[in-house]
Amino acid sequence: MGTGDLALQYLLSGITKGSIYAVVAIGFNLIYSATGVLNLAQGEFIMLGGMVAVTLAHYVPLPVAVAGAVLVVTLVGCLLEWSLFRRLPNHSVLHLIIVTIGVSIVIQEASLHIWDEKVRSLPYFTGNEVSSIHLLGAAISPQVLWVLGTITVAVVALHGFLKYTLTGRAMRACSANPEAAMLAGINIRNMRTLSFGLSAGLGALAGCVISPITMTHYEMGAPLAIKGFAAAILGGLGNPMGAVAGGLLVGVLEAVSVSRMPAAYNDVAAFVVLLLVLFVRPHGIFGLPSGQAVREH
Amino acid sequence: MLLQVKNLRCGYGSLEAVRGASLHVCTGEIVGLLGANGAGKTSLLKALVGLLLPWSGEVRIAGRETSGQPAWRCVSNSTVLVPEGKMIFAEMSVRENLLVGGYHNPDRRMQMELVFERFPRLRERQGQVAGTLSGGEQQMLAIGRALMARPMLLLLDEPSMGLAPLMVKEVFAEIFRMKDAGVTVLLVEQNATATLKVADRAYVMETGEIVLEGDAGDLAHHPLVKRAYLGQRDEDDSGQPRQK
Repeated sequence: MGTGDLALQYLLSGITKGSIYAVVAIGFNLIYSATGVLNLAQGEFIMLGGMVAVTLAHYVPLPVAVAGAVLVVTLVGCLLEWSLFRRLPNHSVLHLIIVTIGVSIVIQEASLHIWDEKVRSLPYFTGNEVSSIHLLGAAISPQVLWVLGTITVAVVALHGFLKYTLTGRAMRACSANPEAAMLAGINIRNMRTLSFGLSAGLGALAGCVISPITMTHYEMGAPLAIKGFAAAILGGLGNPMGAVAGGLLVGVLEAVSVSRMPAAYNDVAAFVVLLLVLFVRPHGIFGLPSGQAVREH
Repeated sequence: MLLQVKNLRCGYGSLEAVRGASLHVCTGEIVGLLGANGAGKTSLLKALVGLLLPWSGEVRIAGRETSGQPAWRCVSNSTVLVPEGKMIFAEMSVRENLLVGGYHNPDRRMQMELVFERFPRLRERQGQVAGTLSGGEQQMLAIGRALMARPMLLLLDEPSMGLAPLMVKEVFAEIFRMKDAGVTVLLVEQNATATLKVADRAYVMETGEIVLEGDAGDLAHHPLVKRAYLGQRDEDDSGQPRQK
């Protein structure tokens, strides 16, 4: 295999991981723009999605298990908003972030009790771990295509929902100006619940498709949250398409760093990106300097 | 009687902004609510729609007690507030702003046609991002968005604020035309001259209390109104808030 092929291999693996970070980042943005909460428990939705699907897959066919997991985790997301954040209005951004860190720990510990510390995974959606497809000289697992395809469809569907449906428009109206949205008769509390549900469901879906490749483990959520956060910041907080670009960029950077540096530095790339962006360009690459200042809710 | 407010008190924290105000608006009327900046006019409007929780007093819309309801219920009571500073959804298109305004109206597309007939400029610009409209167009959009909910009672908060004189004229002409559409209007304004021209009746508010009420024609000649709101306007037409 030549250097070019190797580079392509790294690029593809970076894009695959990056698409998961993009999902986390989109989840951040959805919740942040609707509620002003920076939800650091975002990675737990991915973990929960994988866990629930693995369990369900013992009893029902894989597609049903995935659908069931997405549904369950969506409900978990809604419940979180309804039981916690709805009861905590008028708290500072920092307070709410700390609450989400608490939520993240609770979900992890609960998962440890419900399941255990074993690493699990869903079966490959098509083929198995050794089957591969040759694409432009690089060998890729069909699961990678599942990941990229599913996430692309989900992101496009989400975009269409926000852009062309009444409920989606109402959600955007709530982010743009909650008071004016209320005056139009929109129940903004329900919209906030919906934003948590959507972002949890999207995370769960990503957690399912990635499970055969990266495995599912009760502790996998926190690092994903941090990398997704780096991606969201990089793309400009509140900017959904920026989140996609940010996610892919973090994923590729990570893959490149793995190829150049010892594996122990695996997670360094994301943190370097996060710190650099925060120091140099806190509004992100695609964000406007004035557009998305952290709001005090 | 469409709107009846009795002894309404409300405010922020320990600051009482409205101290026992009473007023009423009959169906089909245009009623002005005049007063200087900080008189409590905006707070009163906010309490009417539920953006501000009344401390005490009574708000009845079409006979139904509405105080204490969340703000998103006001549309179901056929009441819509066009808030101060327009508050359009700047990053959404004109069309989307209108559709969101008709969130509870199943005939929102038909209603949008009516709004377009009223404001042809909005039809021309329906695909444009709302934040790029001129100040006057944004005000038209804010009013059009409110009409999308088919309100019986339209509450307007300082619709002429920050607009060029020609635009101010146009906005007041539109408000006068609400009568033809059968929409009742409670108009909060600092521009007393223009308000008294379009209104049937008016109230004057000072430091949280209604100090004067009467027919618009009579009020225009009342010494207090002339001195405080009309007299000075000739010397100081900048629209700057005047504190007594």
